Parts: sequence; C-alpha cells; structure tokens
Amino acid sequence: MKTPVTFTHNGAETAVFVDGGANLLDVLRRGVGDLSPKYGCGQGTCGACTVLIDGAPHLACLVLAEAAAGRRIETTGGLQTGPEPHPLQRHFMEGFAAQCGYCTPGMLMAAKALLDDKPAPTRDEVVEAISGNLCRCTGYEPIVDAILAAAAEMRRRAA
Amino acid sequence: MSSIEFRKDLFADERDDTLSEIGHPRIRQDILGHVTGRTRYYDDHLFDGLLHMRCVRSPHHHARIRHIDTSAAERLEGVVRIVRPSDVPRNLNTLLSLIGFGRDDEALLSPTKVAYRGEPVLAVIAVTERAAREAVAAVRVDWEVLPHVLDVEEAIAPGAPSVNDTYPNNTFDYHERYDHQKLRFGDVEAGFAAADHIVEAEYQMSPIEQAPMETCGAIAAPETNDRYVCHTATQALFFSLGTTAKLLDIASSRLHFIGGTVGGGFGGKVDSITEPMAVLGATLTGRPVKFMWDREEEMQVGAPRGGERWRIKDGVAADGRILARSFTGFFDAGAYTRLSSYAIVKGTGHLPGPYTIPNVASNVFCVFTNRTPATAMRGFGITGVDFAIECHMDKVAEAVGMHPVELRILNAYRDGDMKPHRRAAKNCALIECCQVAAAKAGIRLSPEMAAASSLAGGGGARAEIPETAVDEVGRIGERRQRALPTAPQEGATTKRRVAAGTHGSSVGAAAPQRPDMAMDPRRIGHRVEGGGSQEVPGQARDISRPGVHLPPSRQAPEPVTRPAAAPPAAIPAAARPGLDPGPPGRAAEPPTSAPKPYEPAQPFQKGVKRPGVSRFLSGTRRR
Amino acid sequence: MLSVETHSTLAEAARAMGDRRRYMGGGTIVMREANYGASGFDRILRTTDPVLSEIRRENGGVFIGAGVTMARIVASPELAFLAPAARVVGGPAVRNMATLGGNLFAPTPYGDLATALLALEARVRAADGGEEPIERFLAGRERFGGLVAGVALTPPERDEFRFLKVSRVKPKGVSVLSIAAHLPRPAGRIAGARIAFGAMGPTPLRAKRAEAALEGVRLDADGIAPALAVASDGLAPADDALASAWYRREVAPVYLARLLLEGEPAR
Repeated sequence: MKTPVTFTHNGAETAVFVDGGANLLDVLRRGVGDLSPKYGCGQGTCGACTVLIDGAPHLACLVLAEAAAGRRIETTGGLQTGPEPHPLQRHFMEGFAAQCGYCTPGMLMAAKALLDDKPAPTRDEVVEAISGNLCRCTGYEPIVDAILAAAAEMRRRAA
Repeated sequence: MSSIEFRKDLFADERDDTLSEIGHPRIRQDILGHVTGRTRYYDDHLFDGLLHMRCVRSPHHHARIRHIDTSAAERLEGVVRIVRPSDVPRNLNTLLSLIGFGRDDEALLSPTKVAYRGEPVLAVIAVTERAAREAVAAVRVDWEVLPHVLDVEEAIAPGAPSVNDTYPNNTFDYHERYDHQKLRFGDVEAGFAAADHIVEAEYQMSPIEQAPMETCGAIAAPETNDRYVCHTATQALFFSLGTTAKLLDIASSRLHFIGGTVGGGFGGKVDSITEPMAVLGATLTGRPVKFMWDREEEMQVGAPRGGERWRIKDGVAADGRILARSFTGFFDAGAYTRLSSYAIVKGTGHLPGPYTIPNVASNVFCVFTNRTPATAMRGFGITGVDFAIECHMDKVAEAVGMHPVELRILNAYRDGDMKPHRRAAKNCALIECCQVAAAKAGIRLSPEMAAASSLAGGGGARAEIPETAVDEVGRIGERRQRALPTAPQEGATTKRRVAAGTHGSSVGAAAPQRPDMAMDPRRIGHRVEGGGSQEVPGQARDISRPGVHLPPSRQAPEPVTRPAAAPPAAIPAAARPGLDPGPPGRAAEPPTSAPKPYEPAQPFQKGVKRPGVSRFLSGTRRR
Repeated sequence: MLSVETHSTLAEAARAMGDRRRYMGGGTIVMREANYGASGFDRILRTTDPVLSEIRRENGGVFIGAGVTMARIVASPELAFLAPAARVVGGPAVRNMATLGGNLFAPTPYGDLATALLALEARVRAADGGEEPIERFLAGRERFGGLVAGVALTPPERDEFRFLKVSRVKPKGVSVLSIAAHLPRPAGRIAGARIAFGAMGPTPLRAKRAEAALEGVRLDADGIAPALAVASDGLAPADDALASAWYRREVAPVYLARLLLEGEPAR
C-alpha cells in the first residue's frame, strides 16, 4: 500500500508516495530522485545517508518515511545554492577530504549541522560531529581540517 | 631539498627532475561530483521496473543440500523468478581461469553442497527488496551438515574434511605436481649447520575485511541492441566482464559494462560475483535487476584478505650475516581459490625479503578451509609475509646483539645480487632508506654502515646461483595419505642437487589453454622442463614454444606416482584432457566430473610492446 | 508487506498493539530490523502523543517521556546527571533519533542509558500508568506486552552518580562494557551503593555483590578492593565481535576501579 507523504526537500515542497515501512533514504533516492545520500549499511552504523531534518542530522536509512511528513529535509544535493560551491564543498575539494567520495555527502551534512549550530567549533567538536560518519579512504584528518577551514571562511564572510 | 635524493640514477630516463607535485595540494578531477553528490556510483542509476535479487545462503560452514523447497516462496506476492543453479549456463569458474591459472572450482550458485557460511545456493528475484527478502526467508533448505575445518594446518592433516570438490586434498595444486609452492635456492640445511644462531618464530595474520563504504553490487538491464548494460562497483571491469561472459556463456560483445566509479574497494571488489548474478537476472526476466549486498553480506560473504601463518627459521652468523632462511607459509584461501593461489606465487617471488641470503627455501601452501573465500586486499601476498619478515629481522638483531637498522643494512640487497627467484637485484635502495630513516630517527650508525651503498659490494660471487638442494616432498595428495613435514627440505628421502651457476629448470604452470598463451621463455629467465605432452585440446602444439610441463608420471626419479587424491574419484581435470564432463553444475551430478577448462572464443593479447614507450608503462618490466 | 499505523495517543497505540505488530520510537532499532527484512512483524505502530516527549518534575523526582531523545537529554540542564550516558550513545545523528524508550529495549551491547537508569533505580511507567522497578522490567522485557510511557526517578545528589563507557573506537564506539554507579556517601562512607553494568549480560545487570562489598567503605584502593574482587559475580557477559566474555570479565574490575576512584584524592 502506498501512502502520500509531503515534506520540504532542499527548500522545495515535495510529495511522494511511499511503501509501508519504507525508509527515507530509499524515498529520497528513488522517489524524489535525489541520489546524494548513500546507502552504506542500512543499520545506522556508517553515516553515509546522513541528511538534515529540521536542521539536525539524521540517518535517512533509519527514518520511517512517513515520520518525515511535514518536515524540512536538507541533503548534499542542495548544499550549493548559488553559482559557487558551499565553503564546505570548496574546502573538501581543496583539502583532499574525499577519495572515493562515498562518505562525502554524509560528512558534509554532519559538518553543516555543526557549523549551523556552532560557527567556531573546536577540533574536538568537529571530531565529535562526524563521529557517526565512517570513511575508509582518506583517514579523517583532511576532513576535520577541511571543516575547520570552511568554518573559518564562513566566519570571515559573515564578519 | 627533497629528502629523496638518493638513487636518482634508478629512473634517470624516466623521471623529469623538475617534478614538484609532492607537498602541494592538487584538486582531484572527480571531486566536484563527490562534494555535490552528483558522482554516479553504480546504484545511482535509476531504472523503471527495477527488480531486486537476493540469495538464499548457507547457515552452515559445510553442508550438503538434500532438498530445496521453494513452493512457499514462489507463492509470495511480488516474486518474479526463482533462480536455480541449473539456470547458470556454465556454473563453475575460477577467477584466474581468464589467465589460465587453476581449475574451475566455484559455482555461482552451489548445486550440491556448501563449503562456507553464507555460500549462495539459490536466488530470488522480486519486485521490491522486501519481497525478495521475504521470499528468501520462505525458502526451505534441507541441509545435511558435514564436519568442517577452519584451521589451515588441521585442513591439511590426513582425515580432514574435504572442503572443495575440485581440490579434494584441501590444497591448491601447484604446477600439477606439488601441494604447495616451492622455492629452493642453495641449501638451507647446510646454512643452518654453518650458523652460530638459529632464530625461529611463527607469525599469524588474521583475515581482514576491506569494508568499503559502498557494498558490492551491480545493476543489469537489457539494452535495445541485444546487449545487456551492467552498472557495477567492480574494481576490475574487464575481469568482471570476462567472468560474466564465461559463467553465462554469452559473447562478451553482448555485455556493456559501465564502472570505474567505486565507493571504496581496497581489493574487495574484484571477485566478479555480483555482475554475473545481475546480468543473469536480467537475462532470465528481461527486466532491470539489481543485485546488491547489504552490510551484513558484505561482512559475512565479502571475500577478505585471507589469514596467513608463517614460520621463519634463520641461520645467522655471529657477525649478523644471515646464512640461511627457511619459510613455511599457509594461506587460508577459504573454501575456493579466488586469488589466493596467485598471491602465493607473488609472495614467493618476494622471498626472502629485500635481503641477500645465500640459502633460501620456502614451502607455501594455499589451503582450503570452510571459511569465506579470501581475495585481494592492498598488497596481498606480500603484506603478511613482509610483516613476518620484518618482525623476524628484529628478533635476529636481538639474537646477535646488533642494532636492527644495522642488521638490515648488512644484509640488504646490493645491485647485482642474485635473488632466490633467479633474477639479479637492481634498483636497490634499502640501504639508503635505512640510512635516511636512521638519520631522521636520531640513530647513530657505525661508520661502516653509514658508508654502505646499494651500488657497492653487490654482484660478483653474490651474483651466482649456488648449488641448490631440491626435493620432491609434498606431491599432490601425498599429505592426505600420511602426515608429512611442512617445512622445506624436511622429510625428503631422495635429494637431488642442481649444479651451481645454472638457472636449473622449472616446472611450468598449468598447461596454457592455447599455444599463444604460453609464456615467452625469455621472460621467464630459466629453462622450462618437459616436452609439452600436455596438449591443448583441439589445438596443434606450437613447437616454437617450450613445452610447459609433464605429467608427473613421466618424470624420474619418482618416489610416488601421482598419489590418489581423496576422494580418489576426483581426478584433476588437467589429468584427463579431452574428457567431456557433460553439463557442469547440475544438482544430480556426482562430484566426480571434471569440468573442461575454459576456452576463450578468441585469443587475447598479452602486454603491450611499443618502441620508445617507457618499459614501466608497457607491462614488460620483468625483462 | 509492511504497513504503518500512526495513533494520536499512547493509550490508543497501546490498545492497537498485538500479534505481528511492533511499536516504533526513534527508529534506530525497528527500522534497522525492517531494513533487514525482519519477519516478526508486518505492522509498525507509532504515536504522536506529546506525553512521550515530556520532561517534568513530579513528586520530588523527575519523569522523562519514552520519546525523549539522547540529544534532548544532553541538552536538558535538569538531566545533567544522565548526560554522560546519553552523550556516548552513537554519533550525533543517532542521538537525534534514539529515544529513552528504545534504549530500554536495546539488545546488548547497546543500552548504555538503560544501564544508567538501572543504577538510579528508575521506575518504568507503562501506558496504562502502572509502574515497575527497572530491574524487574529489564529482566522481563522480552515478554513485556504493553507500551512504555517513560521513566520516573529521583535525581541523585551532586557527584553521587558516575558513568563510564568502555569502547574500542574513539570518540564513538559500541560498548565493550559500560558501568553506572550511584554512590551515596552520607558520612564519607558509602551507603546503599548501586552498580550497574551494560554489555555484561543479556540486559543491563546490577552487580549486587559488589554493591554489598562497598557498604560502609571509603572510596580508596583498600576500601574498594573487596568490591573489585566480586565485580563480575552474577554477570553473564557473552562473546561478540567486540570482545570475548573472558575479556569482559577480566577488565570489568579494572574499569570499575577507575570509575570508583575517579576524582578521589590518591593515597
């Protein structure tokens, strides 16, 4: 049985029909067509499917699609809002913070949630913020560096 | 100044000295896709009407299939097709058959028995992933649980359960002759006798799962031109394409493989299992089919780096020179060969590590156990034994009272030294590495060690191949009859010696499937035995090529003439050329049938030799 | 095929519970099972009842709704004593989803918050208003047929409550074990200590012999030695991918000692 669900997806009002028990990750990827969140485990271990719901990071694979009704969902697909990449994206590129790239969309969302909340995080806070996101290629140091660099740039721009 | 100033002569004709990349960030060409989420991995291709395929897997380490009841599963809503072993056109393969190494030993879906936990025996195709899962859960398999073996040395003991029907002795057959890969150089027993210290130790490496973020998988769909497109996570696109063509008995020109964007692999995505499954699903249903492992499958049935056990015995002079080194190695291949056989050949070529040791011997066993089959992972074949060797060097240093760095410099290869696999060492740089590392670590080297150079002191007598003791211990199947020592030279009743200064001779690998696949002798570097009685079926022998090997019965002296494998009915395929095994992989078929070696429809070209092109790019570096 | 039923009140959801139905809180347990094809249920029940997200004072204690997330516990000053346990559950995304109610049912080695609640002798309140001690609730949770509304507990005095999670991965990892200790010291000596271990049995378990051995002692190496000797008594750790039962038993007293001596003046 399909159930209609509406939510805001990267700023756009979106309606989809979902299967009973479907998770938000499948609905975003196959229903909405936003392929930026990734499947890595389906059990909340890896963080590759991290999206923001009402600004807070959630694991899309563990969110019941029907529970997302009426909420505001952000994904990496909507991170860049103008002609230029988001500072997080730019520093991930320049700092070699991705190799295979599969964990990157989840990392970026976890990082965005942190910087939206804390514009000047400490290194430990960055490590904590991405502690639910696994990476098997680069090691975490370039990712942490890139997030700190992006935070600094965003503070400069805001000043 | 760059810290890597030493040995710039090595690649003088290869390297532009104005290179300045190291230390400067460079932006990856694919990274814009990664940070915007627009990179398309295999699962990022959407198909209308996509079907989902999942496998029924063994809950046992080792079991025979008595009966499978799919009636309840077939009745479930959303189930499109049950895929049985008999649906696989050529349901037996070994990965390296594409290069003619080893015999087909693994079914895509096992028809008769399972040899590791998680081995697939059946697949279900359904309209949703959940429906496929429900159908898998509804399949009833009547298992006859068999005794299993999980330890390499228990597996090679007489009476151990036989894991793999193609290799019933639980060891890969090397060169159709031995149950292990041998290396003999000089006489280790003489070296031990002359030594002041004997240093022995055992090292055990556990299996390691590559654990890529993206699990293995593939999506296949019929195209409109009688081809099948396959989006895959494979790390080895053409390998997967060739394997799929073989298993499905389909022309490779009808397969359109798209890959290259891999969500992490580390060696774990070369095994080419998901691609034939997905394409099979597409051929059986005429619809797009996805076959994707979930995380539990990735961890349970995804092939890991195999476990390895190494025993090293060194004979060392009081001054720190290593006079003899003997290796006994066991690779845990798991239930099927995959790439372990090759890893051992590669690892044996690496022995005894980057050190000039006049007497070296090794016996390395590729052992089948009821574990998940092992495969590639980052330097496999080398990583484990290197760990053992370098731990052992520290033990030796302690035994003789030398600094470990000085011990390494003393024993390191110099340019021109003969390596045990009978190639002269060149481009050596271990000494210089040690000197730089010592300086950076604040280790003061003796003047003699500080002055040592890879360019000096090598060659001459050190370039000679010593008189070499050889033995015939460990014929295929012999170990199954009675316990035999595993260490090199031990238990040898007849010993021969190959004269010093000669390259001796070598038994070639398994018979090439086609004459044009025979190894160019100039690239081997030593004479290859035998007159090539092993004809390629249906092919005239190319007399310009060396014969590759003789069946053991033609070799003399012969302590044992091809001992019977157990169960004796399972005679290796290569010993029965021309025998038509009939259709492979039927459930009713007894395990006695030996599959015909795979024959590609067209010969393929090896390597690329273009004048003026760097030998480091051309694939012909070995010369 | 799965279906979902959303109820506006907890009581209504409780009435709708039954065979092949599963109640879902934050989703970190139930959705994981659903994703892996769980065959034990085909209907997921949920509720939007606001009582589940309440944190309120009540009879000198505090009531915490079953739907309160780990992130909310961490952010709530009145629940500061629970923050050390809530903060180490998963990464930030899991903490935004995982609820107190779910943690009461989390299979070992999960259930760090439940371990803390066990040492605090919380009372588990069901949808029908009935209450039972958490220890009894945990022991019978497999057979629990109702729905949990929340827990009621008496907050510990300052510095009387301690929590330690031992994991192999920093900063986030699953428990090798976790320990919660409630250590009232009316006159400098322990009186009525409560020690609970997580991942040391099929559910969080009290270390009652260790509690008894702490009665009347001072928190120093000599005082706690008898408790350490019996730390693992009555616990039933299992082998899993993280640690063997043997290892868990071996390290349990080591970590208990660190927790008990934490912040105490060395002698």
